[in-house]
Amino acid sequence: MTVLDVSGLSVSFDTDEGIVDVLDRVDFKIREGETHGIVGESGCGKSVTSLAIMGLLPKPSGRVTAGSIKFAGRDILKLSSTEMRSIRGDGISMIFQEPMAALNPVQRVGNQLLESLRTHRSDISTDKARAKCVEMLGHVGIPAPEQRLREYPHQLSGGMRQRVMIAMALVNVPDVLIADEPTTALDVTIQAQILELLKELQRDYGMAVIFITHDLAVIAEISDSVTVMYAGRVVERAPVLPLFDGPQHPYTKGLLGSIPSLAGEPKTDLTTIPGMVPTFFTMPSGCRFSNRCEHAQGRCSETVPSLETVQSSHGVACMRWRDLAKVAT
Amino acid sequence: MHALARLGEGRDLTMRSFPLLEVERLTKHFPVRAGVIPRTVGRVHAVDDVSFTLRRGETIGLVGESGCGKSTVGKTLLRLYDATSGTVKFEGKDVSEMNRAQVRELRKHIQIIFQDPFESLNARHTIGKILAEPFVIQKMGTAAERAQWVGELLNRVGLDVSASNRFPHEFSGGQRQRIGIARAIALSPKLIVCDEAVSALDVSVQSQVVNLLLSLQQEMSLALMFIAHDLAVVKHVSDRIAVMYLGEIVEMRDGEDIYRSPRHPYTKALISAIPVADPRNKSQRTILEGDVPSPINPPSGCRFHTRCQFATPKCSKYRPELEELPDGGLVKCLRWNEIN
Repeated sequence: MTVLDVSGLSVSFDTDEGIVDVLDRVDFKIREGETHGIVGESGCGKSVTSLAIMGLLPKPSGRVTAGSIKFAGRDILKLSSTEMRSIRGDGISMIFQEPMAALNPVQRVGNQLLESLRTHRSDISTDKARAKCVEMLGHVGIPAPEQRLREYPHQLSGGMRQRVMIAMALVNVPDVLIADEPTTALDVTIQAQILELLKELQRDYGMAVIFITHDLAVIAEISDSVTVMYAGRVVERAPVLPLFDGPQHPYTKGLLGSIPSLAGEPKTDLTTIPGMVPTFFTMPSGCRFSNRCEHAQGRCSETVPSLETVQSSHGVACMRWRDLAKVAT
Repeated sequence: MHALARLGEGRDLTMRSFPLLEVERLTKHFPVRAGVIPRTVGRVHAVDDVSFTLRRGETIGLVGESGCGKSTVGKTLLRLYDATSGTVKFEGKDVSEMNRAQVRELRKHIQIIFQDPFESLNARHTIGKILAEPFVIQKMGTAAERAQWVGELLNRVGLDVSASNRFPHEFSGGQRQRIGIARAIALSPKLIVCDEAVSALDVSVQSQVVNLLLSLQQEMSLALMFIAHDLAVVKHVSDRIAVMYLGEIVEMRDGEDIYRSPRHPYTKALISAIPVADPRNKSQRTILEGDVPSPINPPSGCRFHTRCQFATPKCSKYRPELEELPDGGLVKCLRWNEIN
């Protein structure tokens, strides 16, 4: 069953230099219990997508200009701020890259955790709420949870802070958890702990996870399906195996080729994508990847490609994907 | 590459018998000060007893997690930090005994590139001024010559000459790192320390910068010290890799050996923790418990014993020494022979 349905989502920002269209008709659906990865490089719009879902776009500069986000049968873009507040942290929760910036430095961990719980469960007694928080901290693998409740964020290590963030996000058992680069600031052995924890918690709570990252290896590790974004648009979407086995979009192929592999031959030239991501003021017309694409033709800079079906749930937004697939075989 | 060729002349005639760099038992402790009248209450053991040598044109990779001391090693080479004990010899000369003039000369030969090029480029200077500065400091060339050299440098790192009239904020992260590299190669150094130089870049840009560094290395027979937490990138560029944990080298081997048959339990865990861009390969990971202990009070004996699944009581009593492996690599573990 689909728990979250994002459709035709466009977002614009006012800047000193004019209005920029940061998201252009982004679609994706998340099913119950599924982990959906959103991957792309800086400025592709992956974080703006998550902020739009949470209703946390910076006001008044950012706004949704088109599209809908359906959660539990309702378009949450049409909700009042009070209604949205009751969903945020309860139906849909979010964890961020830098827990130290998301936690309140002058509040004890316990109070912050209690606050997220009692905002949505005002009927619960203090004792019960406290017990629930201790249980939650234990669940995310924090040793001596009762003691930790009395500590401040700065007394915890980076990995522990991220566990506290996860505990706060999950304390109300949300249907959807948005994880925005949750392991990017962590060391690799701590990243492995957190990824494992997220998988376990997902099994226990059955929530859907939107996992946002720039790291394709992490995507391969955790996702069931993947959306690849480039310059504010979806360029490819597929279940994880077809995406890594048979990427269709030249950008996805370039991205996969750029990763140095541990098993690869050292000191060889890595595949690169020439040039760099365009700014929103120098965006090429038509396909936004056309100015960096080795396969681009005249029509690529004229028409905006739509997502075409490669196989059942594998879609690609490239006008030449059929020609390119033929050449490859 | 007129400027570079000219500057590189005659470099290999001297000191041929010495390795380029010899680091011996290098130790760097930082005092921890506290109190109203500050006094030293402890010491951060940032680097302890680190030894390695580096030949001309060779690349050594330094990997490890935050706080393992890898950046401190890099900075001590250039005398950005003074060593607490141990020696760093560059072309046979002890860096710690150099006077100011000699240190300035040393920094002609050893350059460093940092993770965030924006922080290390003066925001108020044009790229032309930034890139000419090394020549000015070393009192080389006329203004016209310097301008020409700057143009050559920009070309070499794949930027247009017009960049020299622009300011750092006008460039993207990848381009700024190219500028950082241009500045680092300006004086034809013999060694460049790359301290997380590609870590902040997007993957498609990271591969461009890695390719650039490798081709410059070939062309200028540069030695590189590549410091990063990303083992895959380090392995891609390095001949040898040293794995650090809490200030110590725990294993040092050829890149291929260390990845195919890691010997130290920490190296094994580190490699196993790295996600692989292959959804079929969700192998069983060895997941380390807990966090890295504080470098102010490092664990007794083997510093890794608090997180090591193979630790026995002797591991907390005795400090292991680096032992030579049959393949010539080094490992610092009392039990490496039993557990492998």
